[in-house]
Amino acid sequence: MTLELKDATKRVRGITHIKPTSLVMEPGHFNVLLGQTGSGKTSLIKLMAGLDPLADGEVWMDGQNVSRLSTQKRNISLVHQFFVNYPHMTVFDNIASPLRVAGMAKSEIQGRVEEAADILQLRPMLHRRPQELSGGQQQRCALARAIAKESRAVFLDEPLANLDYKLREELREQLPELFAGRGAVVVYATSEPEEALLLGGKTALMDDGVVTQFGTTAQIYRKPDNLTAARVFSDPPINAARITKSGGAAHMDTGASWTLSGAAAEMADGIYTLAIRPHHVTPVPAGTDYVKLDGTVLVTELSGSESSAHFQIGDDGWVSLAHGVHPYEVGEQHEFYMDASQAFYFAEDGRLVA
Amino acid sequence: MKTENQKAWFFVLPVLLLVAFNALVPIMTVVNYSVQETFGNNVFFWQGLDWFEQILRSDRFQAALGRQFLFTFLILIIEIPLGIIIALSMPKKGMWVPVCLVLMALPMLIPWNVVGAMWNIFTLPKIGLLGYFMNDVLGIAYDMTQNPFAAWVTIIVMDVWHWTSLVVLLSYAGLVSIPDAYYQAAKIDGASPWKVFRYIQLPKMKTVLTIAILLRFMDSFNIYTEPFVLTGGGPGNSTTLLSIDLVKIALGQFDLGPAAAMSLIYFAITLLVSWLFYTLMTKDDAQ
Repeated sequence: MTLELKDATKRVRGITHIKPTSLVMEPGHFNVLLGQTGSGKTSLIKLMAGLDPLADGEVWMDGQNVSRLSTQKRNISLVHQFFVNYPHMTVFDNIASPLRVAGMAKSEIQGRVEEAADILQLRPMLHRRPQELSGGQQQRCALARAIAKESRAVFLDEPLANLDYKLREELREQLPELFAGRGAVVVYATSEPEEALLLGGKTALMDDGVVTQFGTTAQIYRKPDNLTAARVFSDPPINAARITKSGGAAHMDTGASWTLSGAAAEMADGIYTLAIRPHHVTPVPAGTDYVKLDGTVLVTELSGSESSAHFQIGDDGWVSLAHGVHPYEVGEQHEFYMDASQAFYFAEDGRLVA
Repeated sequence: MKTENQKAWFFVLPVLLLVAFNALVPIMTVVNYSVQETFGNNVFFWQGLDWFEQILRSDRFQAALGRQFLFTFLILIIEIPLGIIIALSMPKKGMWVPVCLVLMALPMLIPWNVVGAMWNIFTLPKIGLLGYFMNDVLGIAYDMTQNPFAAWVTIIVMDVWHWTSLVVLLSYAGLVSIPDAYYQAAKIDGASPWKVFRYIQLPKMKTVLTIAILLRFMDSFNIYTEPFVLTGGGPGNSTTLLSIDLVKIALGQFDLGPAAAMSLIYFAITLLVSWLFYTLMTKDDAQ
């Protein structure tokens, strides 16, 4: 089973929501759609699910063109950010509902529902109503429905967004094994880069209705194709600044300069955008080749074992994320050190150069 | 020694006074009348529960009560499903939403006695638009001033015209609050429109429907102005509902004792049936 988009496009009253998109998604691993709110993740899922009509292009499942097929006939499941269950049915009936509509035999329904309930630890709640369950249990009920159905494709649209932190972690750990070996294409939409990394598999970065990059999650994290992709795949936001390369050195507008090495040294002279993840900018140098930057501290945050500082450098706002507790005073001048070997360099059109 | 804070009384007292003057005192006056006989000049004679017995045993009261239940039953059985159907077929978004909402709200904005007068003129044979059309164009004998059946049809249609909007607006509010996600889930399962209604829309509308049914029950059970203006309880006594009969006894015949007893019985029935409705409709949630 594969799920394939061929120039799939969505337009509503002349406004393009999804620009022509081509992707091939496979089973066996998570296919993560990563993008900010409003980037088109849900729209793309609705196109694949057949909930919204295609303006152009095609959707293929298993080598079959399903573009004209109704949602029901595509044999898919969708789990929402909200806990969507039929309110006046028991958990058992909720999980069984798609099987009953499909006209399955009673004994088989019983078996499938119980299997799904066991996997999601819902066995004791089978005869309760959804509103009598906690948020996590309600969402597990929705997931159980998707599993019991054994559909060809499962779409998970930010399924953990409305759960509290602890439940989210717990369920996120379970998710990959839940769908392992079921042969369904699993598409998972999220706005958190961390989730994409934890779930592994492949990631499609989305921005403004376009898939900017698609590939193995770790690969994309290490080598974003373009500045937009780098921005989407970073939380806190990636730091960016304009640099000028001349000879073997890079100069920032604020005056800092350093010697380029590796692929960056091969770039033609000119103006580039440097981007570097916050955890490569620290208040103490961890190596001799670190570049010193002077910034004005704007906001500081302490979260567990990490301290972050937002600081102003030239016209740009940067973020530093470092292990340990570092004392910052808001408004003070502070030295920060950048591990220049971890920086990305993008050409003026946004394409990755080094 | 334990000291208790008595300050709360200061906050409760004003409300208590207000309730006393607008509810408790008037009701107690009625109770006072219902157990005594008076010939004016503030001279009262103790009657005990005689008036209650007299009212409950009277054919006149039983007939009016029967008519009242029939009227309310017909109103609920027509207005609730009709209201839901209209709400279901109203647009959920777009420029027609405000247009529909205003059109729906219009009948409810008209004063009750004006509604009665409007329908009176509308249905009068020879003069009224509907009366003329039915009798002289279609050739169907229709005269709500002479024919009890025609009178009943007219008061029912009038009430449906006046109050179905309330059910529509409440149901509509319930419907638009259902997230799209539920409809998508139904679409993915391949549920039929009937199943969508039965398992998504109806359960999600339940709370507002409970309110709609209660309001429509109470209003139709206590209805007075519109049928009074339209038919005056006639022809004969055929549309004399409880409230119309009550006013006849209290202000027409000036039998204050029986009228007071009847008021209390009337009130008790309204309360009892409302409670029954409410308990039955919310029973499910309590489990």
